[in-house]
Amino acid sequence: MTDAEPENLSRFHVLVAGGGNAGLCAAITAARSGVSVCVVEAAPRAWRGGNTRHTRNMRVAHEEGNGILTGPYPVDEYMDDLMRVTDGQTNLELAELTINASQELWDFLAEQGVHYQPSLGGTLSLGRTNAFFLGGGRSMLNALYRTAESLGVTFFYDTKVVSLDIENGFFESCEVVSQWQSDQPETRKLEARAFIAAAGGFEANIEWLKEAWGPAAENFLIRGTPYNRGAVLKQLLNAGVASVGDAKQCHAVAIDGRAPKFDGGIVTRLDCVPFGVVLNANGQRFYDEGEDFWPKRYAIWGRLIAAQPDQVGHVIIDSKSIELFMPSVFPPLQADSLEQLAVEMGIDSTAVSQTVNQFNQACRGSNFDHTVHDDCHTEALEPPKSHWARPIDTPPYYAYTLRPGITFTYLGVKVDKDARMIMHNGSTSGNLFAAGEIMAGNVLGQGYLAGIGMTIGSVFGRIAGSTAAAIVRN
Amino acid sequence: MKTSIPIKEISVPKAAPSNAQSEAVRQMGVCNACRYCEGLCAVFPAMELRRQLTGPDVDYLANLCHSCGACHFDCQYAQPHEFAIEIPAVMANLREETYARHVWPGALAPVFERNGIWIASITAISVALFLVGFIVFTDASVLFASGSEEGAFYRVMPHNAMAGLFGAVFLYSIVAICLGVRSFWHSTGSQGSVSWRSLWQASKNAATLRYLDGGGMGCMHESEEPSNRKRIAHHFTFYGFLLCLASTTSGTLMHYVFGVQAPYPWWSPTVVLGTIGGIGLIIGPVGLLRVKREQIDALKAKPSRGMDVAFLYMLIATSVTGLLLLVLRATPAMGLLLAVHLGVVFALFISMPYGKFVHGLYRYAALMRHAHEQAQHKA
Ligand SMILES: Cc1cc2nc3c(=O)[nH]c(=O)nc-3n(C[C@H](O)[C@H](O)[C@H](O)COP(=O)(O)OP(=O)(O)OC[C@H]3O[C@@H](n4cnc5c(N)ncnc54)[C@H](O)[C@@H]3O)c2cc1C
Ligand code: SF4
Ligand code: SF4
Repeated sequence: MTDAEPENLSRFHVLVAGGGNAGLCAAITAARSGVSVCVVEAAPRAWRGGNTRHTRNMRVAHEEGNGILTGPYPVDEYMDDLMRVTDGQTNLELAELTINASQELWDFLAEQGVHYQPSLGGTLSLGRTNAFFLGGGRSMLNALYRTAESLGVTFFYDTKVVSLDIENGFFESCEVVSQWQSDQPETRKLEARAFIAAAGGFEANIEWLKEAWGPAAENFLIRGTPYNRGAVLKQLLNAGVASVGDAKQCHAVAIDGRAPKFDGGIVTRLDCVPFGVVLNANGQRFYDEGEDFWPKRYAIWGRLIAAQPDQVGHVIIDSKSIELFMPSVFPPLQADSLEQLAVEMGIDSTAVSQTVNQFNQACRGSNFDHTVHDDCHTEALEPPKSHWARPIDTPPYYAYTLRPGITFTYLGVKVDKDARMIMHNGSTSGNLFAAGEIMAGNVLGQGYLAGIGMTIGSVFGRIAGSTAAAIVRN
Repeated sequence: MKTSIPIKEISVPKAAPSNAQSEAVRQMGVCNACRYCEGLCAVFPAMELRRQLTGPDVDYLANLCHSCGACHFDCQYAQPHEFAIEIPAVMANLREETYARHVWPGALAPVFERNGIWIASITAISVALFLVGFIVFTDASVLFASGSEEGAFYRVMPHNAMAGLFGAVFLYSIVAICLGVRSFWHSTGSQGSVSWRSLWQASKNAATLRYLDGGGMGCMHESEEPSNRKRIAHHFTFYGFLLCLASTTSGTLMHYVFGVQAPYPWWSPTVVLGTIGGIGLIIGPVGLLRVKREQIDALKAKPSRGMDVAFLYMLIATSVTGLLLLVLRATPAMGLLLAVHLGVVFALFISMPYGKFVHGLYRYAALMRHAHEQAQHKA
């Protein structure tokens, strides 16, 4: 199988492109049914596992709580939630399949060595619906890697898939390059009887993002791995695989503007928007900061900021609110007057004072309570602030800069319930499979439900692994 | 009903944070925004109770850390990530710094730097002094006489001298250690009274090394593959040590209460406990030395002060010489062996406040504070 025939050729039964959650679930499932499997992972070992290394939980349906999950989350409720966030933009068959199969994931992952913990501080609202990994996504991944290694799966790190040889929707082989970031890249060919694409979306490919978003995409920060550049996705689309979703659909949130360009992960999130006002580069407000609880709104703010001049926003809060939200990884700017704060933020101080004064005068209601939709709102202000509106008048004042942070993109390959890719002409591929982000758009036409990214990856990873192994054995 | 042990409040001058403290504050700041490791051990929940961390806070957290390695492998911000989060290494370094920060008398703080060399020198000097002392103060016929009959040891060194010397140095060490731990306890701020329940909780957690298992994932001290080796070796060491302590106590009782003089017969509690304990105190430290050698780089305190290794060799030397004395006490080697053994034990006692020995008490104090504040937090 792995005998390196004419120099640089290796053969496996199943080739998995991408070593994140989806790829590992596929590799483990295939290996367990006795076929030879290799995983080609673009990142060096220390960075393996793509966006999965940044995750913390997975949304799973269950009939009753289990000591860690605090209560039941029936399939129907999960389905309702999905329909609500996607506004019905989903493939119903695949959505039902995903949610039904999510019931098995707790046990499946536990068998692969994954442990769980109660929902983390600051995420109480997910304690019933989402299974949190003990130690986070990287710990979860390490367990999957250990299991896969013990099953004999071969890993090629620091190796990316560069081109696919696909004849009429049938995978023959692919070309991969190892040590591709060094001056001595090594090209080789890998043959396999089935190909599983689990190489994530294209969120780290700024050029591709620019095709959809225009030059604004230059200012986007990528919350996860720099390795998800969509090379596999593009090859597949070029080889005649049908696509789902459009390139502009993605999960985008507002994050701390000082976050690194890539891999800033969870710590760069800011939860203070509902407690203050958000101004754009011109010192103007542009959206209702108190429309709803932050966990229900944070995913629209990425787009809101992306639409502002220079793709930047500035939250201003005062000392009344500084301890009401999860601590930020970078300290806020701080000043004793709004004018001084504006100087530090680098925006026009007259505009800032004017906007804040207008806002302060429009504040009504006095029963501030950040745990409910309280009565603190603005009157005759455009845009309004519907809840948690309190005058910003108690120094010191604080400010954070916000930028759009892209979590992952939804444009992907179209698949059926066996995780097989569907071709442009409507036929089903014989041996091309997909799992994870690269096909999440089948289920998530738009919107997002916390924890469903991992669910889709594990469910379709397992399906892809077992169907691929089955066609190999036949 | 809540029984409480009141703890007196004292005010501690605020010192400027050390580099290790500032680095720990920085890294814990990232953890506080992340919290993925919340379930791994006591460090993270304890950190989350503090929005602004100070130097003494991180000293406390460092002593809660058991160096299990889990958060190193689990951290998405570990090097090569630019945030360069290395909690276990920072904590290991800070733990050793804390011992120096609170040592009594403070002038001896430098002993913690290059601790290995200090401990080795103290041991060598102490053994040499006993040898010379014996040769000068006893006549050769006694020194090279064998003796397993009652009182034989005390012909080499009179009992009162032995008891007086060792009693005094032991007492000194206990006082010094208590003063150090007390200073550590108060530096993180007084919290009123600690309940018996917290004490019990801390004792259980210490006795079982509860936080050495990555929250259930297992200890990853030597590699990413979880293993129980460090825990087992530590149990041998700790319980071996306790048995040896019990042996010494029973010897003291035999002497003063029952008027029987050492050496004691093989079936006496003193010999039985001492033998089992001594064997544990060889297997354990040897095991710890081995896992220490395999310890992954990311867990190591940098700079290395040689503290662990020195302490482990000291324990091994104590138990090996003790057991040899037991086996060879009927031969002419007894006198010299006694000198060597007493020399080593003396060095062990005198260096207790100035080496790794104190980690147990700092750890216990930290666990107690943790149990206490978690109980308060839940209430
Ligand atoms: C900060 C952050 C937090 C998140 N938190 C959660 C959460 O808590 N719950 C949740 O459900 N979802 C979460 N998500 C979304 C989640 O990460 C993804 O849905 C999920 O990890 C996708 O898994 P995957 O296996 O498809 O992709 P990935 O885990 O991204 O894996 C793709 C892999 O493919 C590799 N690759 C890419 N191109 C190539 C190539 N050409 N050749 C070879 N290999 C290649 C990459 O190196 C990578 O390892 C989060 C995302 C981010 C960024
Ligand atoms: S060690 Fe890393 S993963 Fe764990 S809490 Fe800290 S930053 Fe998060
Ligand atoms: S090394 Fe282990 S005990 Fe120490 S902080 Fe990390 S997880 Fe906790």
